[in-house]
Amino acid sequence: METSSTAAAPAPPQFEGPAPRVALRSLDTLWFQVAGTLCNLACNHCFVSCSPTNHTHEHLPLSLVERYLAEARALGVKEYYFTGGEPFLNPDMEAILEATLQQGPATVLTNGLLLDPRRCQRLAAMSEDGAYSLDVRVSMDGYDAASNDPIRGEGTYERILAGIDNLVVAGINPVVTVTEVNVENGSTEGRQRFLELLKERGVSKPRLKILPVFQIGAEAERSGAYESWQHLQHGQVPEESWDHLQCSTCRMVTDQGVWVCPILVNEPDGRMGESLADTLDAFPLSHPACWTCHAFGVSCKT
Amino acid sequence: MSNRIPEDPAIKKARAQAKLAAHRGMATWGEKLVPLGTFRAAAQEVGRELAEAERVAEIRAHREPIAEMAVTEGPFDRIAVFGGVYNNRFALEALLEDARKRGADALYCLGDLGGFGPSPEAVWPLLESADVRTIQGNYEQSLSSGREDCNCGYTDPRDNHYAGISYQYTAERCSPEFKRWMGELPQHRRVTVGGRNLLMVHGSPRRVNEFLFDSSSPDAFLEVLLDQYRADAILCTHTGIAWHRRLPSGRDVVNVGVIGRPGNDGRTEVWYTVLAAQTTGNLAVEIVPLAYDHQALAAEMRSEGLPEPFVETVLTGWWTTCLEILPARERAASRY
Ligand code: SF4
Ligand code: SF4
Repeated sequence: METSSTAAAPAPPQFEGPAPRVALRSLDTLWFQVAGTLCNLACNHCFVSCSPTNHTHEHLPLSLVERYLAEARALGVKEYYFTGGEPFLNPDMEAILEATLQQGPATVLTNGLLLDPRRCQRLAAMSEDGAYSLDVRVSMDGYDAASNDPIRGEGTYERILAGIDNLVVAGINPVVTVTEVNVENGSTEGRQRFLELLKERGVSKPRLKILPVFQIGAEAERSGAYESWQHLQHGQVPEESWDHLQCSTCRMVTDQGVWVCPILVNEPDGRMGESLADTLDAFPLSHPACWTCHAFGVSCKT
Repeated sequence: MSNRIPEDPAIKKARAQAKLAAHRGMATWGEKLVPLGTFRAAAQEVGRELAEAERVAEIRAHREPIAEMAVTEGPFDRIAVFGGVYNNRFALEALLEDARKRGADALYCLGDLGGFGPSPEAVWPLLESADVRTIQGNYEQSLSSGREDCNCGYTDPRDNHYAGISYQYTAERCSPEFKRWMGELPQHRRVTVGGRNLLMVHGSPRRVNEFLFDSSSPDAFLEVLLDQYRADAILCTHTGIAWHRRLPSGRDVVNVGVIGRPGNDGRTEVWYTVLAAQTTGNLAVEIVPLAYDHQALAAEMRSEGLPEPFVETVLTGWWTTCLEILPARERAASRY
């Protein structure tokens, strides 16, 4: 969840010839679609189309996560990310985080609605006791209800802030993720307003992650991206130039297997195998979303 | 927003509810809705399913050594290693003195000579005359290639502002000769200490600007790096905070710290590392605090018009800017 909408992306060009293949340079970031596609919200811009009734991917049980964690150790994974849907809908979520923190740093991406005081206390304790850092990343789409609620749903602005308040009381310093659905969010003034809002709420060390907007309409940009893609098509760009794509360093685990990245989970073609070892080979960038990714350099991690 | 006719609340509510229930029994295949079974069957068709032995081989191949990167220097019995000088010649002078007293046979600097402090060029003759073996940091790469900024890309406008000031200050005061020298520094060095092979890098063996913090570098990740780069120890800097971990395999990873500014721990000393051979075959690793004339540094920074928040760091030991690089745990331990 929590990546910008692909719905607004410009139509991709038609390609000729085989798609370029991106090698996995190293498996640094392992994602878990831990709540599947199930969410207590149904945001307008959700690029995985999550909702309370979307069972495309189901919750991941602790036992399955543990199996992948063992494999990840052998592969030297550097960091773990948990997303959905809404991760805290998964009844195993706290146990999953606890297990993960024994072997690496974990980030959980949440919409903030289920951050009640008890849960926040629990997260704070885990973050104290774990061997590595725990980050809680809360999503917002506007610094006021008027800009946030049309996207995330009526009344969500207040509920997100209540969740942030509970984190603050427990002593957790959240990262707030802001998509540029409202273009202004990413501007210097926009960032400043978010930082101020967080300070007002008692977040003493506010941290922001801005997810990039897809610059549509700018015809020049569009054709520029097209040219660079064609360029790549003809194999003129060395392999290292794919470093900016997250698929060169990540994989995504869902209850249906291992996918190439967090963006393509709703594309059967994005599935690469059953175990992590099955997915260490290169991936062909054949999906239109890949074009967007390449042109705008999207990365979902903090 | 305000100039639109408000929607009938009942219609609005019905629409919101329809949205929440839209996917019953269906899967989202891109923009389309298909029966759940259709999506799942299609997904199971795609991807590899290797046999157990093949999986083991794949994982082994993933940990294979990457490439030999540098000639090996040494052997030495005892070395002193530091990073992040950040124009702080006061600390560099103190370090040369301290390392000599501790009996270091060789001195190594892991890069980031500039930024933050005053009078950048002053550290160059000190490094040269003490025969410090230096590698490139990201700052040297930026300066020698003529970049306009340090490329930190912070999200907090205040951080970008101060990072920009200090980069520009340094860039304007480094001679072309100094920049050329920076551009010719190696990116890695390999050293033998007591039979152990130490790989020295700026950020990580893979990338000059990769951060290796204690709370974000898992044991398993570090073990794989050591396998891939065939080393018994990795020494790095770049983050500004020193740490050392002996891994389950008995190998070491050390972030040697920086001498240019305090380690965000409320102390005015800065940190560097002394490594020595031990008869047991292990490496003795000591991260040592280094006191220096920080008052003189602060005074010169003020007279050069460098940002007051930087001066505060020198005087208090707490970072005041660019804190967003810190992982949750290191951030929680900081004052700001
Ligand atoms: S909260 Fe996140 S996962 Fe849930 S619908 Fe909104 S964007 Fe999607
Ligand atoms: S969507 Fe982006 S990250 Fe995913 S495979 Fe395509 S290029 Fe890679």
